[in-house]
Amino acid sequence: MSMTTTSEAHTAHAEEHHELGFIRTYIFSTDHKMIARQFLFTALLFLLLGGALAVLIRWQLGFPGQPLPGGGILPETMAPGGIILPEFYNSLVTMHATFMVFFALMPLMAGVFGNLLIPLQIGADDMAFPRLNMASFWITPVAGFMMLASFFVEGGAAGAGWTSYAPLSASGEWTGVYLGQQLWLASLIVLGFSSITGAINYVCTVINMRAPGMTWFRIPLATWSLFITAWLLLLAIPILTGGLILLLFDQTIGTAFFRPEGSGEPLLWQHIFWFFGHPEVYILILPAMGFVSEVIACRSRKPIFGYHSMVVALVSIAFLGWVVWGHHMFQSGMNPLLGMTFVVTTVVIAVPSAIKTFNWMGTLWRGDIHYDTPLLHAVSFVALFIIGGLSGIFMASAPVDIYIHDTYFIVAHLHYVLVGGSLFGIFAGITFWYPKMFGRMMNEGLGKVHWALSFIFYNLAFFPMHNLGVQGMMRRIYDPNQYEYLQSLQPTNTFISINVFLFAAVQAIFAFNFLWSLKKGKVAGNNPWKSNTLLWTTPSPPPHGNFPEMPIVYRGPYEYSSPEVEEDYYPQDRPPPLSSSGGHTVEVPNPEPVPGD
Amino acid sequence: MSNAAVATMERKPMPGMKVYNKKLGMWVFLLSEVMFFTSLIGSYIILRFAHPEHWTNPGVVLNVPLTATNTFLLICSSVTMVKAFAAIQQGDVTGLKRWLLATIVIGAGFVGIQMVEYVALSGEGFLPALDAYHAVGRGNPHEGPSLGGPLYGATFYAMTGFHGAHVSIGVLCLIFVYIQAVRGKYTLADHEGVEIIGLYWHFVDLVWIILFTIVYLI
Amino acid sequence: MNFSWLLPETVSTFGPALDDLYYVILWITGIVFFATEITLVVFMVKYRHREGRKAEYIHGSNKAEVIWTVIPFVIVMGLAFYSKALWDEIRDPDRIPPDSFPINVMASQFEWNATYAGADGQFGTSDDFVSRNVLHIPVDRPVVVYLEAEDVIHSFFLPDFRVKQDAVPGMMIPVWFQATRTGEFTLACAELCGLGHYTMDGRVVVDSEADFQSWLDSQQAEEDSD
Repeated sequence: MSMTTTSEAHTAHAEEHHELGFIRTYIFSTDHKMIARQFLFTALLFLLLGGALAVLIRWQLGFPGQPLPGGGILPETMAPGGIILPEFYNSLVTMHATFMVFFALMPLMAGVFGNLLIPLQIGADDMAFPRLNMASFWITPVAGFMMLASFFVEGGAAGAGWTSYAPLSASGEWTGVYLGQQLWLASLIVLGFSSITGAINYVCTVINMRAPGMTWFRIPLATWSLFITAWLLLLAIPILTGGLILLLFDQTIGTAFFRPEGSGEPLLWQHIFWFFGHPEVYILILPAMGFVSEVIACRSRKPIFGYHSMVVALVSIAFLGWVVWGHHMFQSGMNPLLGMTFVVTTVVIAVPSAIKTFNWMGTLWRGDIHYDTPLLHAVSFVALFIIGGLSGIFMASAPVDIYIHDTYFIVAHLHYVLVGGSLFGIFAGITFWYPKMFGRMMNEGLGKVHWALSFIFYNLAFFPMHNLGVQGMMRRIYDPNQYEYLQSLQPTNTFISINVFLFAAVQAIFAFNFLWSLKKGKVAGNNPWKSNTLLWTTPSPPPHGNFPEMPIVYRGPYEYSSPEVEEDYYPQDRPPPLSSSGGHTVEVPNPEPVPGD
Repeated sequence: MSNAAVATMERKPMPGMKVYNKKLGMWVFLLSEVMFFTSLIGSYIILRFAHPEHWTNPGVVLNVPLTATNTFLLICSSVTMVKAFAAIQQGDVTGLKRWLLATIVIGAGFVGIQMVEYVALSGEGFLPALDAYHAVGRGNPHEGPSLGGPLYGATFYAMTGFHGAHVSIGVLCLIFVYIQAVRGKYTLADHEGVEIIGLYWHFVDLVWIILFTIVYLI
Repeated sequence: MNFSWLLPETVSTFGPALDDLYYVILWITGIVFFATEITLVVFMVKYRHREGRKAEYIHGSNKAEVIWTVIPFVIVMGLAFYSKALWDEIRDPDRIPPDSFPINVMASQFEWNATYAGADGQFGTSDDFVSRNVLHIPVDRPVVVYLEAEDVIHSFFLPDFRVKQDAVPGMMIPVWFQATRTGEFTLACAELCGLGHYTMDGRVVVDSEADFQSWLDSQQAEEDSD
């Protein structure tokens, strides 16, 4: 095992950078670790923006018709006198979701962690196609700029929801938004290429560049989940791209793919969108599940419970995710018989998620659990994903969905899986892998405070949304008080808004911790968490090329508390002891590639 | 096996798909392209079943004989591409260049003929836009009852247009590969670029055969 | 503040069945919720790091995997089948009661227009009349709304009746329901339809037979006098 110290690696690293120059090191880098950082900073900025938009939404719902403090800076077309206009509200709900899904979560999941983890966890020196990887990143800010620009054109930003249902979205005559909607479509068409090229890289790297001994069932679950997510991206995004192009044609050149006045079919848009859209939500959660597996196993000092089942569950979710899309369309006017088939497929997909949840709990059982910030976030993922998953059962039943479709019950469900699940999973990932990325630890005290307050305010904000839905409050509704039966819900809405503001404010602690620790955090050694994966055998941060020579893998990634060694961890690349270890066979990789290996 | 032996053995990655990276990458990329065309073709199928009155029998508006010839040409270009690859597999750089050039010319010809067809069709009122659509059938003057409906034009141009764009990009890539060949970059031992552009080209041909069948023959 | 998981009162014939299904799911998910979350907390506390105690080196249990695959599978499939009967009753066009009172409802930006057939019972005749944003229906009689949309997708939502159906331009979708008591109830739009989406509040007034007849007559009279 390499004994390079951090300072030696830093010097070597710095020398390499000096040769390459600033632009090639920081701007147009082909090193997967730098690209991961670029995605991280870009995505966190968009996360901030998406959060700001959410605060505006909640201002209107919590304090309807009241001037937003400091809202005077918003233009007259959005919020005259700081009072949010209905058309701006529609743009807010649209753009909040758009930025969060496409420009924050996807880049964080796939762009950051796919890039950081895959080569390091499988023992590769970089991605299969480093220059394509660089291009893959740079497409994202270009698309992001287009999306941002849409706020400032005449008519404002898209306002047809992130789902962009036609005919509302097919012609500006229905929303008053023309260029903004077109920019929305164009931006996402462009962004799709970032996902597709990234996915090609991840798939090829995992298939072809694993170190000797890294068989499929010795790959860490984080890489497994990212590999499967890459397949979903590869196959789902082009479907969306096709649909977006057709919708853009309807908007710009007068076709009528989705416009009934030309015999177009509004439901066709929904089928295309959700055929993409359902695999998309698994794209948003599967990597987080991978991170949670890594963190829980490592910080409980225990093998992941049911590793093979976990892989099978990931693959099952990925396959089943293609045949459930109609559950978004139960009330759409789609054939009711078709609806019933989607009920069956939808309830079945609950099963692999349940399996994973039980396996995480099995990992904690009889473990030696260290209450580090990453572990707290990872366990929060499990707790909150349980709620999100269970709430999904209600809407899986098509008749119950009649009542709760398009209400705040759905908003509660999606935020429990995307924030309670994905975002907390991302926090687990960032706090866990920050030392490897930046060479320093994040501050534990601040991390725990951020975690605790986030967890509390998050639940106070989003749990009551279930109740709003049960009482019949619709989604995307600028002023629920127009409806007499919803007026009694105003105090609940205000309560929710206040907790959303507090949740948002608490993220400043994370931002501060993140930035402060870059320079002032405790210097991390190679393996502060005493994890088994190849990633932690490198210096923090690793030099270009990652490993001085290709590692050899002798065992799976979750050999924690193994009786074969004194310490409670057993890295994948540590050779087995010279003496035979009393009856227990140790696998050593065959130097000749074996067919089927 | 002893640790000493393990420490000195050659470190090679796991065999994976036993296919080099660029080729695997091209295959994977082509899978994403399949999904893209699926979304366009799937939309066409759904719209056509929902509103069959928008369509006519193919030969009424579209020039089937011309396009059939064009299809034959594209298939020929796949043959020339195969011959180009076979040439460099033998180390025959001259053959590579000759057959690449043939592929480029035929491919460009395909796009050219398609553009000629587009001009003729739009002249006859066969257009994608709802308000502008007024297809009057082949060879007819501009008067006459409208045949089919705007969905016909919209789906036609969307599917064939994106295919044509893919062919055009393919031609540009082939030109790049040709230039590389002229510069002597490809040898018997190393000619990955030729193989992967070949894969792309065959894919584009295959998509056309499917499109031609469903647009021009059904 | 309202944090209730209890559904508001329902006034339609299939409402109680839908509510029952909701409560069955609530019970099952509620039990699972408490069982799993409590277990999670117990594990976190019981197995927290303490000096001298090592984690157990166990990779899993095939038996456990089978148990926690089969049991959830059986439960969810049961829910799916339990849902089928009610879904068919509400949505199957062949199950719409043949004597349902018909109303054509056209959703548009940003109002509901209900067309009644008038005394001759035929739509498209001169005695048809239109009621804007207010539907009157008779109690204890099935009603079928033929739902259309003029411009964009809207959604016909009657929370008290547990009725929701998207109104799609280019489609005509039948929605049936039967009121079990008289009163005034909410009609809401539940699909983002533009700027005025939040203003599409209407009313469904359930009348006794007598009141309903007199309403029809008065609307007819107004129509005739126009």
